[in-house]
Amino acid sequence: MSGLPPYATTPQRVWYYSFRVICALIFIFLITPIIIVMPLSFNAQDFFTFTPEMLRLDPEGYSLKHYRDMLGSDGNPVTGLWIGLAIGVAWAAFGAYRRGGLTATSIIPVLVFGLFGLIIGKLTGATGDWMVALRNSLKIAPMATLLSVSFGTLAAIGLSQSHVPFRRAIMAIMISPMIVPLIISAAGMYFFYSRIGLQGTYFGVVLAHAALGIPFVIITVTATLVGFDRSLTRAAANMGADPVTTFFRVQMPLILPGVISGGLFAFITSFDEVVVVIFVGSAKQQTLPWQMFTGLREQISPTILAVATILVAISIALLTTVEILRRRSEKLRGMSPS
Amino acid sequence: MKLTKTLMASTALTVAAGAVVAEDMAMEMTLVSWGGAYQASQHKAYVEPYLAANPGVTVTWDESSGEAVAKLRAMDEAGNVTWDLVDVVASDSMRLCDEGLAEELAHDDVLASAPDGTSASDDFGDLIVSDCFVPQIVYSTTFGYRTDLVGDTAPTEICAIFDLEAYPGKRALQKRPIDNMEWALYCDGVEKDAIYDTLGTPEGVDRALAKLDTIKDQVVWWTAGAETPQLLADGEVVMGSTFNGRLFSAIAEQNQPIGMLWDMQSFDLDGWIVPANLPADRKARVMDFLKFATDTQRLADQAKYISYGPARASSAPLVGKHEELGIDMAPHMPTDPANAGNVHVYDYEWWADNRDDLDAKFQAWLAK
Repeated sequence: MSGLPPYATTPQRVWYYSFRVICALIFIFLITPIIIVMPLSFNAQDFFTFTPEMLRLDPEGYSLKHYRDMLGSDGNPVTGLWIGLAIGVAWAAFGAYRRGGLTATSIIPVLVFGLFGLIIGKLTGATGDWMVALRNSLKIAPMATLLSVSFGTLAAIGLSQSHVPFRRAIMAIMISPMIVPLIISAAGMYFFYSRIGLQGTYFGVVLAHAALGIPFVIITVTATLVGFDRSLTRAAANMGADPVTTFFRVQMPLILPGVISGGLFAFITSFDEVVVVIFVGSAKQQTLPWQMFTGLREQISPTILAVATILVAISIALLTTVEILRRRSEKLRGMSPS
Repeated sequence: MKLTKTLMASTALTVAAGAVVAEDMAMEMTLVSWGGAYQASQHKAYVEPYLAANPGVTVTWDESSGEAVAKLRAMDEAGNVTWDLVDVVASDSMRLCDEGLAEELAHDDVLASAPDGTSASDDFGDLIVSDCFVPQIVYSTTFGYRTDLVGDTAPTEICAIFDLEAYPGKRALQKRPIDNMEWALYCDGVEKDAIYDTLGTPEGVDRALAKLDTIKDQVVWWTAGAETPQLLADGEVVMGSTFNGRLFSAIAEQNQPIGMLWDMQSFDLDGWIVPANLPADRKARVMDFLKFATDTQRLADQAKYISYGPARASSAPLVGKHEELGIDMAPHMPTDPANAGNVHVYDYEWWADNRDDLDAKFQAWLAK
């Protein structure tokens, strides 16, 4: 029944079981707040309350109305879906033509493009609070990530050259947005951006979020550069490659894992960020976290729980996808999954 | 050739005409309000008909009225006011007006008269508490109680909140001295007329706090209007104060077992202010909207969606039925004679003078 050897002493036995109980409690502590939200989001009432009907598992006590509230009724999901499916089919057909035949995996691009088409179509022209907020978040986060990754990677490469003067000081300044309390950066950005006309603009929010994302990229890329062999760039130069070619053909593929994880951090920083956007943005750039913040303060509506449930589902789906891809690439490289 | 010239000329004309309109009135407005059902009622009653009559105008809502004073100060300091019209409570409008952050308005010139020709300032009457303020609604802070948790005798008067024997259980009160101090003194036997005189003395303040002390360990303090309905729906509290519209929505729209306790309800006002020194085109647009949104019919229309009393005297007879539920709204208004039998009239000026001092004492008492 247990993994205890027969000669274990009483304290060992006690510790064995209490250790497992403590682990279980920590697990419950971490997971309960996330789980509890899910059934509540199907509440038929407008309160965060388990009604007697819900506890009796009576279907009357449950409804999808908060999901309908969140989605709204406008947007062009069907048009988006058709366009997405068409692109997906074209993509799959092109792939099949190149490989000389349809395979089971040909369905993947059709599904992926169909899903993206559906989401983009739904968000185009939608006017509900939540859909507008999601659209704003999806317009801001990828642009901010792109800027963070470009500038962060360049900065990391520059700062890892030994001949750059004041490297430490420059590095400290670059990663300061990560260390200075967010509210201080936000207030400073508010007054500065107001003076130069960036406050309340889309571009202003993107720049502010890029500034917050750059430190993550610098740190992860610098870490991967430690293991990068400089003689490779000299070898490339020796064989006639200019610095740009060297960067894209030699250096970039080797530091790519650092760039990607830095990019992921930058994306999540922007997607989750609520303080800076409240200062730098105006109501027109209201992002998803901002909408959740005001929603919780002004109206305690289970629509927020519906949004939270969907965000949790998306996170789980993303993690699962990444894990599947990782195992697949390990298998392709002939490594055993660890 | 001729056709091209005509086309070009007409295009140039259109562009020029467009430019003239754009110079006269901005095509975008940012309105600031409180979110929730209240903002929704403003959107349906004022904004939707205005947009239908003025195609091409776009409106953005900002749910920031809760921190309107702080944000307007920061915007003024940064020289970048992005708001066009701000919904604030009466006392905030006075502060903003005093600080020069809100535009002073000549009410009779910029607002519509009543249908019978009564001037705007007579129609709004005393509710114009500051030169910058355009009143919209009268609301009240009052109590709701769980009908199934109060036993056989439902509370009918305010002092039930201090009666732990008859009504045991938690109470929800707003985390501020305003109203709570007055209710405490009233239930400690101070005459209604003498409340502010008593509160003006250090002994009076101690007396109010001592009365609140008797229920302190049974109080849940709230800061957002949505909290009390949630606590009542959960059965976490037996009774609690909040804005009457929130209680109406919990009772009539959500069918919660909640009753209204109107005794000593505290009246307050909510209305618009226009930020000071807006650019001419934005100001022209917002004044045009303001005139429309505060006319007699629009204020009466708002009462179809939420149980707050219209601020114009001429709107009261036009108050009809709830848009979806079809129930008569008049009996749910704080100003209805049946509800307004014993009203606590909250003294803005007294609080404007004493707020900082009492806030400090109240916070110190809370922390004890």
